[in-house]
Amino acid sequence: MKRENCVSMEFWSCSANEGFARSAAACFAAQLDPTLEEINDIKTAVSEAVTNAIVHAYPDTIGKISMRLSLLEGRCLEIVVKDRGVGIADVAQAREPLFTTGSEERSGMGFTIMESFMDTLKVRSAPGKGTVVTMRRKIARRASR
Amino acid sequence: MPIRCTEEGRTLTAEVSGELDHHAARAVMEELDRQIDLTLPRTLVLDLNGLAFTDSSGIAVLLRAQRRMGQIRGTMRVVHTPDQAGKVFQAAGLERMIRFE
Ligand SMILES: Nc1ncnc2c1ncn2[C@@H]1O[C@H](COP(=O)(O)OP(=O)(O)OP(=O)(O)O)[C@@H](O)[C@H]1O
Ligand SMILES: [Mg+2]
Repeated sequence: MKRENCVSMEFWSCSANEGFARSAAACFAAQLDPTLEEINDIKTAVSEAVTNAIVHAYPDTIGKISMRLSLLEGRCLEIVVKDRGVGIADVAQAREPLFTTGSEERSGMGFTIMESFMDTLKVRSAPGKGTVVTMRRKIARRASR
Repeated sequence: MPIRCTEEGRTLTAEVSGELDHHAARAVMEELDRQIDLTLPRTLVLDLNGLAFTDSSGIAVLLRAQRRMGQIRGTMRVVHTPDQAGKVFQAAGLERMIRFE
């Protein structure tokens, strides 16, 4: 699909940046005039992907996370969240509902939420190399305007 | 702190507000634990009216509070769940485990 607009950013894996990342995604998505529900879905999915990079990818260090926001042909928003952290050995298992390697503070629902709030979710990962999460969501044109 | 607790009889009401993400969850969990230990309520009411945003971190907060209430043989219910939070909880199938009103 043809890319019509793009913003890239890089930030440290500090938990304060979770709010920054989802607000940035919401601001970028605003050019598609989404509904409040669509905005919230996008913020939720971004929050999950970025929190995973902060919590799991860099468990004991501060690492770099990059996020690329693109507008693709046909009103499709693409969000790519990338880290160079520990990676995932078995992606299919990681995507199962309730699967977690985290503490009590995790519920193992992050990927399930990304999947249900976005149209597509792609996860590429290699142990020791890092993880790339690509999500897409089409924003419908609003009839009434 | 984005949590405010009030006690009336044996009911503890906890109002959670703002953005309950991983960044905020630890403090909210600790404060809830502390208040439950302090007041040993029969019922915990989690009032989410002022909750502007949550994600899977909020799910863990709810499940932990419910577990803590179970340990002291109390019950928990969640009230005034905003749409965004409700959609997250529903995607996780939380309404099968937690009482929402
Ligand atoms: N960026 C990442 N780097 C390394 N491991 C990851 C990454 N993202 C996810 N994982 C692995 O996949 C598992 C499942 O992720 P998911 O987001 O579904 O659940 P969780 O983060 O454990 O819990 P929750 O998202 O509900 O708080 C994680 O426990 C972790 O083992
Ligand atoms: Mg997660």
